[in-house]
Amino acid sequence: MLIAAALSALLALAVLGVLAGGEMWRHRVVYFCCALASLALLIGGLKHLGQTPGTGPAIVLPIGLPWMAAHFRLDNLSALFMVIVNLGTAAASVYGIGYCSHLPEPRRVTPFFPLFLFGMNAVLIADDAFMFLVSWEFMSLASWLLVLADHKNPENRSAAMVYLMMAAFGTFCLLTCFGLLAGPEGAYSFPAMRGGVLEPMTGFLVVLLAVLGAGSKAGLVPLHAWLPLAHPAAPSHVSALMSGVMTKVALYGLIRILFDLHGHVAWGWGAALMVIGGITAVMGVLYAILQDDLKKLLAYSTVENIGVVVIGLGLALAFKDSGEKTLAALALVAGLYHMLNHAIFKTLLFLSAGAVITATGERDLGKLGGLLKRMPWTGAATLVGAAAISALPPLNGFVSEWLIFQSLFKGPGLPHWTMKFGVPVVGAMLALAAALAATCFVRAYGIAFLGRPRSAAAAAAHRLPASMRWTMAMLAVLCIVLGAIPVTVTDALSGVVQPLTGVHFAVSADLGWPWLSPVSSTRGSYSGTVLVMTGLSLFVISILLVHGFGTTKVRRADAWDCGHAEDIPETQYTGQSFAQPLRRVFCSSLFAARETVDMPEPGDQSPARLTVRVIDPIWTYLYLGILRVVDAIADRVNRMQFLTVRRYLLMMFATLVFMLLVVAARQQK
Amino acid sequence: MNAVLGQLGQIFLVVALAPLITGWVRLVKSRLNGRIGASPLQPYRDIYRLLQKEAIVAHSASWVFRAAPYVTFAAVWLAACIIPTYTTNMFLAPAADLIALVALLGVARFWTALAGMDVGTAFGGLGASREMMIASLAEPAMLMVSFSLSLISGTTSPTQIIVFILDGGVGIEVSMGLALVALIMVAVAENGRIPIDNPATHLELTMVHEAMVLEYSGRHLALMEGAGMVRLTLFMALIGGIFAPWGIGVPGTGAAGALVGLGAFLAKCFVLATALAFFETAIAKMRVFRYADFLGGALLLGLLATIFLYVSEAV
Repeated sequence: MLIAAALSALLALAVLGVLAGGEMWRHRVVYFCCALASLALLIGGLKHLGQTPGTGPAIVLPIGLPWMAAHFRLDNLSALFMVIVNLGTAAASVYGIGYCSHLPEPRRVTPFFPLFLFGMNAVLIADDAFMFLVSWEFMSLASWLLVLADHKNPENRSAAMVYLMMAAFGTFCLLTCFGLLAGPEGAYSFPAMRGGVLEPMTGFLVVLLAVLGAGSKAGLVPLHAWLPLAHPAAPSHVSALMSGVMTKVALYGLIRILFDLHGHVAWGWGAALMVIGGITAVMGVLYAILQDDLKKLLAYSTVENIGVVVIGLGLALAFKDSGEKTLAALALVAGLYHMLNHAIFKTLLFLSAGAVITATGERDLGKLGGLLKRMPWTGAATLVGAAAISALPPLNGFVSEWLIFQSLFKGPGLPHWTMKFGVPVVGAMLALAAALAATCFVRAYGIAFLGRPRSAAAAAAHRLPASMRWTMAMLAVLCIVLGAIPVTVTDALSGVVQPLTGVHFAVSADLGWPWLSPVSSTRGSYSGTVLVMTGLSLFVISILLVHGFGTTKVRRADAWDCGHAEDIPETQYTGQSFAQPLRRVFCSSLFAARETVDMPEPGDQSPARLTVRVIDPIWTYLYLGILRVVDAIADRVNRMQFLTVRRYLLMMFATLVFMLLVVAARQQK
Repeated sequence: MNAVLGQLGQIFLVVALAPLITGWVRLVKSRLNGRIGASPLQPYRDIYRLLQKEAIVAHSASWVFRAAPYVTFAAVWLAACIIPTYTTNMFLAPAADLIALVALLGVARFWTALAGMDVGTAFGGLGASREMMIASLAEPAMLMVSFSLSLISGTTSPTQIIVFILDGGVGIEVSMGLALVALIMVAVAENGRIPIDNPATHLELTMVHEAMVLEYSGRHLALMEGAGMVRLTLFMALIGGIFAPWGIGVPGTGAAGALVGLGAFLAKCFVLATALAFFETAIAKMRVFRYADFLGGALLLGLLATIFLYVSEAV
């Protein structure tokens, strides 16, 4: 009831958004109401999760296709994703109350924002393929319009174009996938699909299409190309939702199809997903390290985190098919936990990028610096977010990566040799991605928030509206809380995975509440709660010891800098110089990174120039390749537009004969 | 001897002993270089001297610069509390495993690197950038070592691995050997020893760790140096504990077991510290971009250690 009311409210808000016009307070009211609706949906999801496991009542509405009503239902998986999604949307809406007045054209954002929220939530509760796809398209098109909000920038227009193409491709794949699942009788409701039996070949195609369709929305390599273009183009609170939340809705689709509707995915697909996840994680973070645009960097880091989640999902599939249900539940819990965490810290980081852009007007790392002093609240919240996404204990990002590592470490127990050898390799990839993520965020945070301002705009960063600051502070607190009480979260998640894996599984069965011990107490355990308390005590003891034995005097002075102290902020390390060692180590072959130095002739007064050239291998070789092929085919086909009527008739006749032959051949069988 | 007491002893021991180990390494290195060298107690005096001095903080520094030494020290200290030194009977043992250990060291590095960038000098950024590059290879290598150890012993908890090895659960394994070599290589990198970084160097373009803490003085510097010493002790406890666990006290052996364990730990540290000094004297420092070869080698060895487990199983 609450959920239905909130969803209808969102639709009504879209109309109000259109009517808001130029009056800023009306936009604020719309965002405020969006926040209330998101909170209602969040509470609805939490309430369902709090109940005993099971599915809610099915709601059938007489809308949609004439011979088929629209089915909705809330089960545990939908409820969990409703919580994940609406945590992000509530934060983005509250942030929007203050942020909307800083947008160039709020009229182009406010009406579509509630529609986007509506689309994402409707995907989660759809209980038939038709409603799922309609909601999915709602979500895609609303976000496409939001990407186009600043349409005067030609870069944004081309980003929106790429996004639209990829979204169409994704929906096409999902449409075909559901068509195969529904079978020849056209059983489009999810309960009917669950009961269906799939031929091996059909089953294979279903998984392939689901991975392509949902994967293109989530940003799996090599289908990620649109993501770093489209996510940064939207206004920051929408970028936060696209990166932090919409990718989760895509993964919801993947989980729904692979674990629920299909039900019997072969372990080979698990292995394949695991490897795709590993490659996505490493490629995503390497791209992120090379970026100078704050929002692009965050978008690529989303690609990395999606990879991490998909490793967990792939492992869960492989375990499930091999009968290791407890381990499947562990891997799935790990993946879901990471999704929840990523939704929180990526929303936080995008919102703080929006804050930085609002306060300085700059999004290039090379023009920022020293913002922690000008924006202490944003700076502190971002520090928490950066540490969380770098998987540092005791924050939430570490717990989910720890769980994924624990399930990976059990992977070699599988009977397949592919898994025995594949799992350590994927483990190395995940470890590499985790370490590189820390590097990436030390770089991003250190350059943007620490040091000295690199431009006048950064030195004059101004204060932000309270709603923006409070949203970020709340998300930072969530990062800490979800890291400090991991067992409470995993217990809630095990209720969600129970219907999907068919086993009740408690991650903390052995040792009890604050201890996370996935297999047994002697097989490796972790306790965020105990670690936080001990760490804090040791922190206080260090302060007391140091201040007790020594002096507490502090003197402020100029920086020493080996005696070379000067007052030129340009001498600081920049994003490019920070990335240089990594570029040389990791990117010289994969990204063909090259540096050339142009030294002027002796006597010439012009400055020497260092040029860095990096090639995006996937864009250059895959997408441009496809583009060339399409162009070539289009050139050939183009000639057919200029034929005589006689030839057209001939072609039609030939086609007709061919079709008849095909029919005749089939009749013979 | 109960677990809480064992844990408190461990917390105290790692901090109390760390400067002595560093002092011993320095003394042996001096002797090998033909110098007389300072007493092994000199690091204690250095730290006391630094604590008495006022801390100088640059105008451009933010609160991150002042908080970083405490966070770094506390994180390394916490990590060192989990690795058994003289007894496995520790209250905190289940709170974190090898993965969490890697991540705790990551916390220390994260803050040190940020502190290096906070003042806004070229040297700080240089140190931070190189440190993170080293870590981005050393950390996965360490995780791969944890992976192979967990496959051999079935657990990621360092205490349980030691118990498993003490019970004779593992014979001479190729994987153990590869893991040992990889772990030593990681330890060299993590502690900034030759050939990766020279702890004695200062004001050189090749410095890494020193470049990050260049702006620190007084008690802040004392904490940063202290964190480095505790980290060295931690790695000695880890290598000594897993690859030569003999003598360590186990639950049920009481105070006598703990005393024997303490003696054994001191002996292991003595041997490892002396070996480190010989190793550092015998070898030259690498160029910065050769680090990737060295650490990539460690990562590969870690991976091979896991894969060899199956090869040896299958053959």
